[in-house]
This record gives sequence, structure tokens and C-alpha cells, in this order.
Amino acid sequence: MIDDRSAGVGLKPAHYEEAHAAPADGLWFEVHPENYMAAGGPRIAWLETIRARHALSLHGVGMSLAAAADPDADHLRSLADLVDRFEPALVSEHLAWSTWRGAYHPDLLPFPRSAESLARIGANIDRVQTALGRRIAIENPSHYLRISAHEGEEIAFLAELARRTGCGLLLDVNNVFVSANNLGFAPESYIDAFPGESVLEIHLAGHTPDPNLGQALLIDSHDAPVDAAVWRLYERLIARIGPRPTLIERDDNIPDFAELNAERRQAEAVLRATACRVAA
Amino acid sequence: MNTSGQMERGALHAFQDGFAAALLAPPDALPASPQVAELVRQPGFAVYRNTVMRGCIDALQANYPAVSRLVGEEWFRAAAAIYVRGHLPIQPSLLAYGDRFAEFLVGFEPAQELPYLASVASLDRFWTEAHVARDETAVTAAAIARLSESQLAGTVLLPHASSRWAWFDEQPIYTIWSRNREPADSGQVSAAPEIDWQAEGVLLVRPAGRVTWAPLSCSGCAFMDRCAAGGTLADAADAALRVDPKADLSRLMAQLLNAGAFSRLALHPL
Repeated sequence: MIDDRSAGVGLKPAHYEEAHAAPADGLWFEVHPENYMAAGGPRIAWLETIRARHALSLHGVGMSLAAAADPDADHLRSLADLVDRFEPALVSEHLAWSTWRGAYHPDLLPFPRSAESLARIGANIDRVQTALGRRIAIENPSHYLRISAHEGEEIAFLAELARRTGCGLLLDVNNVFVSANNLGFAPESYIDAFPGESVLEIHLAGHTPDPNLGQALLIDSHDAPVDAAVWRLYERLIARIGPRPTLIERDDNIPDFAELNAERRQAEAVLRATACRVAA
Repeated sequence: MNTSGQMERGALHAFQDGFAAALLAPPDALPASPQVAELVRQPGFAVYRNTVMRGCIDALQANYPAVSRLVGEEWFRAAAAIYVRGHLPIQPSLLAYGDRFAEFLVGFEPAQELPYLASVASLDRFWTEAHVARDETAVTAAAIARLSESQLAGTVLLPHASSRWAWFDEQPIYTIWSRNREPADSGQVSAAPEIDWQAEGVLLVRPAGRVTWAPLSCSGCAFMDRCAAGGTLADAADAALRVDPKADLSRLMAQLLNAGAFSRLALHPL
């Protein structure tokens, strides 16, 4: 179990030894299961060692739930094997697609929201939840494109998926900030309208301006500290919905473990302050 | 007709066909689908195009560090971009991406002036395969020592799941590869003597947490080939002596057992 008032960090191979040695006081780790889909070897051994002391979250990037196709059977089996082996406290995936006609495109690709895509994604989430025998959380992706074919808003789409499939939601606050900047909406209104009761986990990460277009196009790069504006949105969210397990994500330009831990402490300070207010 | 059959011919299907094709198309190509063309015209489309390409190239570079070091990063990434267009990953785990890269380099015109490059790539590939192989306990020298001489001749030793070996007839591939596989700051390259241009063999294996490697003789490679085919130690010894009548078999056995090259011991027949 992961306490609602605890924050975790994304686990990187460069930090295995420190992660294992770190005090267990609520510290949990998240990994991309795709990086552990091997028959054996030292990565899996490290994850087992760390899992023996810390709770774990599996955050998938490759299930391609929004493709007009069933989830890949081999990939789903590999994920189920990892779930059985590591007994993660949380399992999540993205509202996106990546595999198409047998080819994997390593990104979280967009799609037009429609009755058709809603039905397809709902069916795919059902398949995954059935195969894993558990509830998963679905993350709001970052957006870079205006898609005129969209029918309806993303929040309503996610809420309907949660209603139909019983899945939870993972709210990435940085993705909201990046998407709001790129598509021109107010991030506060997205944060305020998000169905709090379905949120199982929150993500915080850094972003960078596009090298050519600057602030007009922010990239969800996970290569920088969490931005001050994202921290403010996060505080606003927690004040409304109460504490939820929160992850500091960093996938590039990896800093010392201590630096990630400092951001984690900052998130926990927000979570605990709210929890105190709620208790009082 | 089932529900998913109906959906496969829907608008989402057509969208994904168009979007996936546009990701790999030249930036100035305009997609046939007006819906996808509307997206490709936006600056944000390049984010997806770049992320997909970079994700594949980064994974390939991570899996072929010796090749990358030999040719330099710029050359490597340019070659990798061509490979990626022809061989997108077929699964979302990129841990072992690039299984056909050595084969690609054989036919890659700009690589022709580096005739050792594809073989070096095959050793980077061996490393990856050994790294992700199933965990198995290695057969120890002590377990073999307990056998009588007659038992020994009829014993079958199966290679460890992580064992990979190869003999290179014409080039010192092992030396080139191992010097370029070491961390860049190890100082091994600058301190290393001239390479002796001769045939070489190699054994890579990961009996525990780390992939290890060492030179392996031509007779050693023949010995491992026979073991992998299920032959007895007597068969394997014959095969080794056929390629090198002066092979020191007890030294070879000691090398292989110390490396952890075998995972199963069975008294013949299996």
C-alpha cells in the first residue's frame, strides 16, 4: 500500500544503490514495466532487492490503449507476469496509442475523441484490467496538436472511461500545464474540473520550451525540476481533492538522488499540510 | 461480425494509418488524409516525429555502444536513423531493440570501409542477449570433479542461457570490440598496444549479475557448438581436436567452467 500522504520518485538504474539504501519512511518508487520485461538479469534482480523494502508502482508506456486494435497479447502477458512478481501498489497506463500494425512508436500519440474511440479504449482497459485482475489508472497525456475532430472535452472522456470500466485516473499536473500552454486553455479550470474521486495518483515533472518555438510550444521533457507554476497547480489540486500518492518524474538529465528526494519532500509537505487541515 | 471487427474499419483505424505513416514520412510530404494533413501542418507534429525517432535511436545506441564509439556519435545516429525507418521496434520494451543491426551494417554502403563493423555489432548484440537472458545457476568445476572418467565422457553439458560464443576467421574482432566496449574514461584505448591482425574467438556469459567476456580458441568454439547441439563431452572433445589437434582440453574445460558457461549437467542419454 502507498499512503495518500507519501511521495515517490521514478527509479533510475543510476540510483539503484541509493534507492535501496534509502530509509523506507513512505518512500516508494515507480518504474516503466517495459524496462523490466526481460527473462532475467541484473535489472530485475535490482528491482526485487528494492521492492523488498519499498512499495512499487508500475507505470506503463506501451499498452497502446487508444489504438483501434486489441492490446498486444505478449505485452499484456509480460505486464501480468511483472504484476504477479512485484505486487505493485499501483498500475497505470496512458490515454494514448503507440503500437500500430505491429510497429511500436516510442511516444504517447494523440487521437480524436469520439464515441468510437471511447468504446475502443473502454474495451481495451477492460481487457487489461481483466488480464491483470486489478484496477489500473489512466493518465492524461501532454498535447501538442489542435485536433478539430475532437468530440467533447478530455475530462469528460476520462470520467466516462472511469465510469464504464471502473478504472482510476492518474492526473499529471505538468501535462495539464504543458497542454494548457500549447492549446491555449486555463490550466486552473482543468485542475478544478478533474474528477477528484477517481484520482489514484498524481505526477509532477519538469518541462522545457521547444528549441525553435520557445514558450509557444512547451515539451513534456521530464528533464528538469518541477516548475514553480506546476507546484502552484498541484497545491491548488490537493487543497480541493485532499492528499494522493504523488510521483516526482525525471527521465532525462538525471540529477543526484538527493535532488529528486528534495522535490519529493516538497510534495510531501503539501500533502501533509492538507491532511492536517482536513483532520483539524 | 464482432464489435472489434466493426471498429477496425472505423475512423480511428484510418486516423492511425495516416498518423503512423506521417511520423516516418519526409517532413514536407503532405498526407492524403485531410485530417492528418491538418495535424502535420502544425509545429507540434514535429514533437511526435522527433520523440519517436529519438526514442528508437537512443535505444539502438544504448545497445551498440562499441559500434557507436568506433564510428562516432554523429555517424552512428545517422546510420541508426536509416535502420529505424526500416526496422521499427516490434514490441514496447526496447531493452533488446536492434536485433538486425549487424545484418543491416553488412549491407550498409557507408560501412564498407570498416569491414569489421558488423562483427563488432554482433558482439554488442551478444552482450545484450546475455544481459537479459534467463537466470540460471552455472555448473561448477567441483560438480564435474565428482564424476568418474567414464561418466565424464558420456556427460552432456548444456550451455548457460546467457552463453554466447563466436569465432572470427579473419579479424581481431574480440580485441576491437572489447577495447571499445570499456567505459570511455578507463584509459584502456590510449594505453593499448597495436592490434595484432589475426583471427580471434570470444565467449560472453552472465552466470551472475554481470556480463563477462574472454577470448575463446577456435577449438573452444567448436567444443561449445557441440555441447549446444546436445553432444556428450566425448563428442565435444572430438570436435575441438578436429579443428586443433593440439588443443589443451583440460585447460579449455577449466576456462569454460570458471566462466560459468554451462547451466545443466546430464549423464548421457538425456
